[in-house]
Amino acid sequence: MSNQIAKKQKFSFADFGVSALLWGYAAVVLLPLMLVLGNTMRTSREIFKNPAGLPTSINFDSYVRAWQEANFSIYFFNSLFITVSAVLLATAVSALAAYILGRYTFFGSKFLLAFFMAGLMLPFRLAIVPLFMMLNNMGLVDSRMGLILVYAATGIPFSIFILAAFFRQLPQELSEAARIDGASEFRIFGQIMLPLVRPALATVTVFQFVPLWNDFFFPLILLRSTEKWTLAVGMTRFFGEFQTDWSTLFAGLVITTLPLIILFLLATKQIIAGLTAGIGK
Amino acid sequence: MASVTYANVFKKFGDVTAVNDISFEVADKEFLVLVGPSGCGKTTALRLLAGLEEITSGDISISDRIVNDVAPKDRDIAMVFQSYALYPHLTVYDNLAFGLKLRKTPKAEIKMRVNEAAGILGIEDLLERKPRQLSGGQRQRVAVGRAIVRDPKVFLFDEPLSNLDAKLRVQMRAEISKLHQKLQTTFVYVTHDQVEAMTMATRIAVINKGVLQQIDSPQVLYDTPVNRFVAGFIGSPSMNFFPAKLRKDNGRIYVGGKKFSVPIPDERAASYEAHLGKDIIFGIRPENIHNPDYVPPNIHIEHATAKVDVTELMGNEIFLHLLLGENNFVARVDPRSEYTVGETIQVAFDMQNFHIFDAETELAIR
Repeated sequence: MSNQIAKKQKFSFADFGVSALLWGYAAVVLLPLMLVLGNTMRTSREIFKNPAGLPTSINFDSYVRAWQEANFSIYFFNSLFITVSAVLLATAVSALAAYILGRYTFFGSKFLLAFFMAGLMLPFRLAIVPLFMMLNNMGLVDSRMGLILVYAATGIPFSIFILAAFFRQLPQELSEAARIDGASEFRIFGQIMLPLVRPALATVTVFQFVPLWNDFFFPLILLRSTEKWTLAVGMTRFFGEFQTDWSTLFAGLVITTLPLIILFLLATKQIIAGLTAGIGK
Repeated sequence: MASVTYANVFKKFGDVTAVNDISFEVADKEFLVLVGPSGCGKTTALRLLAGLEEITSGDISISDRIVNDVAPKDRDIAMVFQSYALYPHLTVYDNLAFGLKLRKTPKAEIKMRVNEAAGILGIEDLLERKPRQLSGGQRQRVAVGRAIVRDPKVFLFDEPLSNLDAKLRVQMRAEISKLHQKLQTTFVYVTHDQVEAMTMATRIAVINKGVLQQIDSPQVLYDTPVNRFVAGFIGSPSMNFFPAKLRKDNGRIYVGGKKFSVPIPDERAASYEAHLGKDIIFGIRPENIHNPDYVPPNIHIEHATAKVDVTELMGNEIFLHLLLGENNFVARVDPRSEYTVGETIQVAFDMQNFHIFDAETELAIR
């Protein structure tokens, strides 16, 4: 009993400080989200009267409006299709390239790695004019495929950087054992090595997914037809010159944010494993 | 069942020659141990046989088929790695079954062979576990099991016991010997530990700096090493060496250094006649140096004087570290001996068990 009291006293100050800090941070992050969530259930008039007020009734009309009338169903599927395709493409290409660049040295391998790494240092946005012209020449402006290719290219340098580091630290004896067991190089990659870098795969997937999902810049420039727009661009349609439908806008925001929250909840464990790998045995 | 032949095998990494003109044969069902200090090329020699490294020149054959250009999987070998190299994301069962699945073995047969191997190694209860849930000794067994299920012609072991603690190592040593008797297959085993080599091998190949020094049965290697390296490497504590000269006095041949001189028994003297006056190295094993009070019967001894430097009591014997001039040497003496550090004592050299090496070539003179 006395032991317990001593423990409590010892921990109270530090605990209080840490808790206060964490709760404060959580409040700063969560309050606006709550405000958005609450305001989806209120009318524009109510929102103008009292922006921080609580909803008077539970209704999802604004979501239905956003989904059906404001074309959010189309934007949502565009975003999903473009982001998922780009992430899959970039991860597939990166995993193969990183495996070879991380585990083998051959003529030009260092240059190739440096070439990919250069992509980490050059901001893609600076190259928008030549990029636009290139896509235009290829007939890929105002096409989802064009955007997918651009996105995949932006994700590859970072993914190779992370994955190559992970592949490099897998022991050589593992692939030798598999080779003696009769596995082909491709099978060693797919059945032995790839499953072992799963935390890294989760990390690069999420780290690619989030900025692409939220990206406003490339679709604004590269997509013209409304039916190809993504969520981020579609959102701009709510901002009218004279009138903005706030509750529908907020519903749109919730629809946009929800997939990211779900993704993080699913992948947190893997991401932490990925970011902390190599710290302990 | 297969024999293995190395014929003038070279392996170079850039300018470094890791394996230098090695030739020997491993007979069918033999347990051959490649032993040598770290970096001597023994592991490279094994990896050449496994097909994990390419031969620079020479031929390696398994059952009279030259395998230089045969892929590892088609050589009909299985290898146990130092780090075990178990697939971390697969269960023990899947680790064992992996090679069989790749060879499209029917499911029922895979199951039968995995269970059989698990039975031999006593790991039936571990089949559903992942490697990280196993102890070092259990992982070791799984690694051996992965080799057994394949039913290969030749088993290759690359320092499989060096990651185990001392006690487990002794136990696994006996188990690998038993396994060899049970499987009746050719084993090629690499280690830097001469005790492992002595206890398990039917024959030992000693390698140093990429060159094969001697290949023979453990007892022959111990009793008649061909050169100073083999003499010093096999046996623990290792053989004592004294720089010395041979001289003749009154019709007898003496071997002597700065501070000692002992006559060579007449029955062995004849072979040294031609080397009188030459620089030689006199070698004698610690167990052939006795406390004069406890000399075993029927041996020919000669006395020398030395100073006690350190005494190590082992219980069943004492390791005496002695100083003779500037030479350090070790004697294994009877545990009843009572010595104090700093004391000058008499020791008895067993003159039927000594070795003489040419100081220049380091080859044994017999």
